[in-house]
Amino acid sequence: MSLLSHIPVPALHLNVLATFAAVAWQGARSHAEDEDAALLKRLREGDEEAFLALVGRYQGTMLRLARSFVGSGAVAEEVVQDTWLGVLRGIDKFAGRSTFKTWLLRILVNRAKSTGVREDRSIAIGDAGPAVDSARFDDSGAWMAPPEHWVEDSEDRLLAESLAEEIRAALEELPGRQREVVLLRDVDGLTSDEVCDVLDISEGNQRVLLHRGRSRLRQALESELESA
Amino acid sequence: MILSRRKPYVCQEMVELITDYLEGALSRSQRRSFEAHIAGCEHCTEYLKQIRTTIRISGRLREEDLTPAMAEEFSALYERWRLESD
Repeated sequence: MSLLSHIPVPALHLNVLATFAAVAWQGARSHAEDEDAALLKRLREGDEEAFLALVGRYQGTMLRLARSFVGSGAVAEEVVQDTWLGVLRGIDKFAGRSTFKTWLLRILVNRAKSTGVREDRSIAIGDAGPAVDSARFDDSGAWMAPPEHWVEDSEDRLLAESLAEEIRAALEELPGRQREVVLLRDVDGLTSDEVCDVLDISEGNQRVLLHRGRSRLRQALESELESA
Repeated sequence: MILSRRKPYVCQEMVELITDYLEGALSRSQRRSFEAHIAGCEHCTEYLKQIRTTIRISGRLREEDLTPAMAEEFSALYERWRLESD
């Protein structure tokens, strides 16, 4: 008898709904992993085009992550180049136990850390304010100043650019570790497992950092849209 | 059948549980309480929509192409490696 048959159907149903987005990502991801593997094979055979294709695939993710650690754009570019040189030199050491992507990004994080990091990294993981100012709730914990309605406004094409800018600026203001988790999860679409692997943090810490970061970005959008 | 032994969540707790909810990290009974609250609270429903919108807008920051100048630098890097590995 299969294990699944012991799980009550409603629970299964809820889980399916909850993980729908994650599964959608996974579908895209395994395709991306296949492409990486094919490019890696060609790279090992000495194909420069394959190298440039791999560089292009991860350029944005690597630059953003490197900048988050080292701050300056020029230093971040050096870190990215240094990472790729390390990848080329160690190409035969990549055993495929992790995906190429997490292997690559772990190397990047190590290089970035040894290059010197920004000062905003010392803030403790649990040390942050509430997701929403406590003054907005009454004594019973119910909303007193509830969220205004701006989700529909945010879909206005004319606002798209300024909202993306708002998020970019708010990301820049986040403490380093929150910024890295939000970048990897919400900007670059890594899974929580991948982020834990790349940043070498526990699943619980990953969630706390993601929560703080997303909550602050929401606040930034709220101030922007409510003042508009 | 016991529906829920948990005390219902208040809004202030909801905003702190939202990531655990979206990450699928709540227990079954927590999830039930969370969803029961959402079903009856338009403000928390709005808040959840705002968090989802925030995530969606973050996803728009992705574009960053390899410029021709950068591609040239990486070509040079590749050549350097070829020379040192020969």
